[in-house]
Amino acid sequence: MHTAQDLIVCEHCDSVYRRRTLARGEVADCVVCGAVLDRHQWVSVDGQFALIVTAFIVFVIANVSPIVTLGLSGMSAATTLWGAVIAMWNDGAQIVAFLSAMTLFFFPLSQILIFGWVLWFARSGRRAPWFAQAMTALVSVKPWSMIEVFMLGTLVAVVKAHTYFDVVPGAGIWAFGVLTLLITVFSSLDPRELWTLTREDKA
Amino acid sequence: MKAPPRAVDLGIMACHVCRLVTAYTDDHRARCPRCGAALHARKTGSIARAWALLLAAAMFYIPANVFPIMRTQSLSSKDDNTILSGIVELWRAGSPGLAAIVFTASIIVPMLKFIILGYLLVSVQRSSGYVARQRTKLYRFVELVGYWSMLDVFVVAILSALVHFKILSRVEPLPGVVYFGIVVVLTMLSAMSFDPRLIWDNRKKSQ
Repeated sequence: MHTAQDLIVCEHCDSVYRRRTLARGEVADCVVCGAVLDRHQWVSVDGQFALIVTAFIVFVIANVSPIVTLGLSGMSAATTLWGAVIAMWNDGAQIVAFLSAMTLFFFPLSQILIFGWVLWFARSGRRAPWFAQAMTALVSVKPWSMIEVFMLGTLVAVVKAHTYFDVVPGAGIWAFGVLTLLITVFSSLDPRELWTLTREDKA
Repeated sequence: MKAPPRAVDLGIMACHVCRLVTAYTDDHRARCPRCGAALHARKTGSIARAWALLLAAAMFYIPANVFPIMRTQSLSSKDDNTILSGIVELWRAGSPGLAAIVFTASIIVPMLKFIILGYLLVSVQRSSGYVARQRTKLYRFVELVGYWSMLDVFVVAILSALVHFKILSRVEPLPGVVYFGIVVVLTMLSAMSFDPRLIWDNRKKSQ
């Protein structure tokens, strides 16, 4: 089948362009519909790998440390992300528990692990084993990771609880804050670029 | 500036997963030579799927708003809140800024999603050529803000986990929050099923 690596098709209106190398900070917009066609990849593969390792460490911290601690006349209660999932499950909202576990734990974690996996090999210009499957998984999981929303949700919950309880923010909330920042950085990078940056092993 | 050609007119198409450009084919079994994903020029059954998911979401949206989403219990009182009454309470508790954010995420965003997706679907079915660029922008807006509606669901989850002081004080999730979570997922799936390229296909010459 004929393929054309030098062409790029707008995903929103089907306009065809010739791919060109972008300068630092440049973003190519579709002139017809205004969608983003291509962005300059301002972080190198090595840099992206470093960021993914950081994200993994912060993700672990976010999941093991308490997000907030509440105090009420001498008693105190803390929760982690999994505490919230388990509470929803036990209180008859299993669907919500499932949604939270997927969008806040399993999808973000698989994104980090899979992206880390392909980047590790891409550092030497190679394609990881199961490269195609990994890249497909990255594209399909992306819209379902909701860490940023959870971050804002925590802030709303803190303000709501603040009226009746003493609220002490834990390490978890900071870790989620850092993750939110990292996600913003990753949203300006397109993992699909790895298709052009790596080549198949002719082993 | 002359408008660039469209892929359909050139007899080419791009893989929906890895964006590799290949020759056009309408073979259902065709696979992308690079990533192995199924090749199709447009998302399959786009309009029917988007409508079905949108209507399902609209149905779940009613119990999501009518039923309370959260119960706050203390020694002396029991207080059930719906999405709207929770926002009013937050406003009265002295955080109007935060109340505005929750109002936007839980009320305005879902409403806008229903209106915008419905309008996009109807206009595509009528092969309207009207403000195609603006309609594509509306689609991007829906895609961008869609998942922020999960905000209230997560708030209830955190509060239920935190406020567990036996009989003194307790927060529990109520069925409304389940319906609301389902609404968010269904509208997201509906937006993903919609193919914005249809906005630009077979437009009547109205310009």
